[in-house]
Amino acid sequence: MKDLLNRYGPVLTSIFILLTAFWLLALVILPNIYLFENSFRPYLPIAEVGGPNDTYSFDNYLKFFESPIHIRVFIWTILYSSIVTVICFIIAYPLAYYLAKVADLKLVPTLFLLLFIPLWVSEILRSFAWFIILSLKGPLNFGLIGLGIIEDPIRWMTGFRSVMIGLVYTYVLFMLFPVYNAVQSLDTNQIEASEDLGAPWWRTHWRVILPHCKPGIASGSVTVFMLSAGSILVPTLLASTNSRWFTEIIQQWMFESQDWNTGSAYAFLLLIICTVFVSLVMRIFKVKLSDIAK
Amino acid sequence: MTAGVDLDNVCADFGTFRAVDRVNVNIQPGEFFSFLGPSGCGKTTILRMISGFTNPSEGVIRIGGKDMKNTRPNQRPTALIFQNLALFPLMPVWENIAFGLEVRGVDKNTRRAKAEELLRLVDLPDAADKRVSQLSGGQKQRVAIARALAVEPDVMLLDEPLSALDLKLRQHMRAELRAIQKRTQVTFIYITHDQGEALAMSDRVGVMSQGKLQQVATPREIYDAPANGFVASFVGENNIFSGEVAGAEGAFATFRTASGTFQARLGPNTTGAKTRLFLRPEHVTLQAGPGALNSIPVEVTDVAFEGNFISIQSRDSSGQMLVAEARNDGAATVPKPGEKLHMVFDPAHALILAGDTAAKDPDA
Repeated sequence: MKDLLNRYGPVLTSIFILLTAFWLLALVILPNIYLFENSFRPYLPIAEVGGPNDTYSFDNYLKFFESPIHIRVFIWTILYSSIVTVICFIIAYPLAYYLAKVADLKLVPTLFLLLFIPLWVSEILRSFAWFIILSLKGPLNFGLIGLGIIEDPIRWMTGFRSVMIGLVYTYVLFMLFPVYNAVQSLDTNQIEASEDLGAPWWRTHWRVILPHCKPGIASGSVTVFMLSAGSILVPTLLASTNSRWFTEIIQQWMFESQDWNTGSAYAFLLLIICTVFVSLVMRIFKVKLSDIAK
Repeated sequence: MTAGVDLDNVCADFGTFRAVDRVNVNIQPGEFFSFLGPSGCGKTTILRMISGFTNPSEGVIRIGGKDMKNTRPNQRPTALIFQNLALFPLMPVWENIAFGLEVRGVDKNTRRAKAEELLRLVDLPDAADKRVSQLSGGQKQRVAIARALAVEPDVMLLDEPLSALDLKLRQHMRAELRAIQKRTQVTFIYITHDQGEALAMSDRVGVMSQGKLQQVATPREIYDAPANGFVASFVGENNIFSGEVAGAEGAFATFRTASGTFQARLGPNTTGAKTRLFLRPEHVTLQAGPGALNSIPVEVTDVAFEGNFISIQSRDSSGQMLVAEARNDGAATVPKPGEKLHMVFDPAHALILAGDTAAKDPDA
């Protein structure tokens, strides 16, 4: 605080602090408080808002527990987000290891650029691109048939597989970077020491590299999991009638039913249950929150 | 088990840079062999080639007579102790030591027992369950040694493992390493830029410069009969005179310099080469009157009392700075700066050698 004052003077410092405070308060905290408060109130005609029927209750939350379909969709969301997280890790870990320890140092910036370029395109466009790629007469089926791998086109966009493909594609870099940082921070001598003591490559990964990367993997996993479970765009574009994402239900409550109260309750349920789930998984893998913050 | 290591015409190239240039040496089973040289001389590359992390671009490396060309590091009968030790920080001490056994599928109880046995060998009996971060520098050192010994290597490779320790501990670990080597009879190949370490511990020393092996000999020979100017100047202190051979008679020659003309011993490969005269500070005496042979009038400029010896700096009429060392026997009279004396030396202790001198490594 004193440093800031010394460096920028009182006027600029106040502007910085006020802007930050505005962002936090007006754009993050207040809307959340508003939704939180609303989630305990019933959905009423405007005339009755503030009237005798406008009382606090858990009714909106209970709606979820009384609806087996919503519970099932919720479980699917958690399950498939977990699978997406695992797939992201399986893709990102070898890539991170290659970038951090194997690739020619001169090549690494170019490789990172190539990885980044897709991120410059908006998520909507990228999801639409997958929509086109995966469609029944799309390039993927065309290519696979052309190569003689399949005879008849595959209906990709059924069940959760297209959603998972889209989510993995959208969020894999959020796994790659923390894992890359973790691998990179490992002293190469440790890898060589393990090999020198006779360890085959897989044991070196299992006993030396992976344990070292655990905080990075945890941080990447939490990010990918939370983003996937909270994603609305990808499931909206790539899901089919038999695969629904929990965020779509929140959207239905809010925009189709205009019931913001129940929608809010569902949104908080998603947040709370996901947080509990993540904490549980972190406990199982013995990762501490402070490890991730590193 | 112990095995010899043969380097046969070994080269290592990195792009156009030749880090190791035609190194030939046969290291005997059970020998304590040191590669000594300034940083960047290629000694670490040699170690990495023996352990298998770098491939020689030419030449053959044999361990126990077997060509190691297509043998991966994890298949070689070597154990490497890294400069920074590279202990696994997330494993307790005993798992570090037993890692090589774990890899070989040894069951947990046997592993634990073996780790404890090795901890006793390196004098750390209570450290089994400690974390690596709880250990001091010297203790980590011992754990690294134990970890390498656990796989019962035929050849132990050590990459300046003592360089991070303070002086006292370093001297203690020197003796300890030497003792462990004698007890286990494992071949030790030791890399260092510290001549004291190399001379004190090794059976033989290979002095390296710019990728080339300059001399392989016992510590005594390295110091008393260096093969060339580099070895003489890298190992130990010298008074160095530039000049030329004015006439040779058997093993001795007349050497003409700006400071005078001296009788000196002729080193190997000196015919036709650019030569210098090397004279160790402990082999000269300062006296009041001139000597009959090899005598230089000097003026004392500085006297440093080093404890066990006294180092006397002086300058001769040509301006060359000269150093003499006198043993402190408690009775030696110490000259004072400004005093005019004569520096005298025996021709047997002055060596005429060919080749460049070493730019002194500030760490050495």
